[in-house]
Amino acid sequence: MTHSRGILLGALGVVLLGVLWEVYKALGPANGAVVNGLTILPRTNDLAMPHLVTMFTRLFEPVTSAPGSPTLWSAVVQAAGFSLGIAAVGWLIGVVVGMLLAILMQRFRTAESALLPWVVLSQTVPLIALAPLVAGIGSQVRFGEARWQDWMSVALIASYLAFFPVSVGALRGLESPDRAHVELMRTYAVGWWRTLVTLRLPASIPYLLPALRLAAANAVIGTVVAEVSIGLRGGVGRMMIEYASASSGDPGKPWAPIFGAVVIGLLSAGLVAAIGLALRKYRRGEVAA
Amino acid sequence: MSDAVTVCAASKIFPLARGQQMVALEVIDLTVAPGEFVSLIGPSGCGKSTLLRLIADLDQPTTGSIEVFGKTARQARIDQDYGIAFQQAGLLPWRTVTGNIELPLELHGVGKAARRARAAELLALVGLSDFADRYPDQLSGGMQQRVAIARSLAESPELLLMDEPFGALDEMTRERMQNELVRLCAETGAAVVFVTHSIPEAVFLSDRVVVMSPRPGRIREIVPVGLGSAGNRDDGLREASGFFAAVSAVREALHGSSGAEVRGEETLRGAETLRGVETLRGVETP
Repeated sequence: MTHSRGILLGALGVVLLGVLWEVYKALGPANGAVVNGLTILPRTNDLAMPHLVTMFTRLFEPVTSAPGSPTLWSAVVQAAGFSLGIAAVGWLIGVVVGMLLAILMQRFRTAESALLPWVVLSQTVPLIALAPLVAGIGSQVRFGEARWQDWMSVALIASYLAFFPVSVGALRGLESPDRAHVELMRTYAVGWWRTLVTLRLPASIPYLLPALRLAAANAVIGTVVAEVSIGLRGGVGRMMIEYASASSGDPGKPWAPIFGAVVIGLLSAGLVAAIGLALRKYRRGEVAA
Repeated sequence: MSDAVTVCAASKIFPLARGQQMVALEVIDLTVAPGEFVSLIGPSGCGKSTLLRLIADLDQPTTGSIEVFGKTARQARIDQDYGIAFQQAGLLPWRTVTGNIELPLELHGVGKAARRARAAELLALVGLSDFADRYPDQLSGGMQQRVAIARSLAESPELLLMDEPFGALDEMTRERMQNELVRLCAETGAAVVFVTHSIPEAVFLSDRVVVMSPRPGRIREIVPVGLGSAGNRDDGLREASGFFAAVSAVREALHGSSGAEVRGEETLRGAETLRGVETLRGVETP
């Protein structure tokens, strides 16, 4: 069975990573190898590279020594859920904006010439520079009674990273139908809109699915980084910074939010895979006659 | 009743780079009667596909006019007066066989029940009733092409335009499809304009064969075949003397005065269904 084989190999990869970690920790120099003040091998002491066991057992201990403190894993799960929600909002906005841009660019050649360079250029702006800007502008925005919230800034930044692969992938997909298919629609005397719905959108799905997966990964990274740079509390991004300061006395603790980020990534990849499963009939290829 | 197709002094000139131009079709005159089967044959670059595209309103003539059932080609396209099939079946891979045949009906607002009924009828006509729920990638090339032909017949057009629909099929499938097409035409009574590379195919199918030559594309000769009504065209006809006489007539028209223009490849492809001596002769022709 290829399916169970895949799962087995995936699990084996994770185990191998753990084994590598522990083997290096056991054999590597405790204070690392330094040549001319340059660390070429990382230190292997318990502070820099805690045992895997330390990381995992730490998850089941309370966050702090204060009475009534929840266990670490439940705090991480809560933070991960918070971040995942923001990433999902960002992903959704990114997908909608990316699709609309792609449709616009497909419809009007001039729009493609005018927009595509900006779409590409937009991704060269560093996130760190963007985050305070978005938060700053956002703080002046009001919708009646409602105020702009910091989490909206984070979602916006996540969407900024997510829209790019979607717009590029969807544009390629929308332009993928054969000339024969496009001409067939013309002989049916249907307009651009019906051609989009019956031909171009379904044909774009094989191109769109990898783009959606990339967008999901980008949205998660964008969320975590934006949480840090805006200073939004509640998510794994901020939690990483907070716990890192505790690493000198509690080396297992900073790894918990990292595991949380990994779980978010896996969950979002799984969600996109589920979308792909639902749309699997659009991924059939026509065998050449 | 007006003619199925009237091509009146139509020409097509494609502009090339640096002010040059390519004359794809010189002034062409051609009429196709209702229910008539007309093949366009000629070497690559003779404009046979261009002529078909002009009739289908996929391109517009540079000069002259094209009428389909007394209307402009554009109006005929909008009114869905013709069905079309290309060399590639061009089925939508995410739709089942039934879904593909229903496509034109669906786009033109035919109700679901009526669509189902029509698709079932057409599937029976092309002998694919057992494959209604399959997807195109589960069918052979010949089956895909039959689905494409069923789709072109979906709206019962009075005119069928076919651009080398059997060009990508193997010889045995091809002959079977030709037999089926003859039968379909007899049953539907539609006029057909059929583009092909193959002389025997053109002769077997057609009432008239329009022989074209390239650079610039023009009609060299129209050969009346007249091998009798569709009812008595079957595999036996492929062995009949009348068939061979018509094949020779078309070949002579093709090679004609400037026979050197016809490339060996074209001749070979045209002759490949003929066996023995016929094939040899095809190879020898320069």
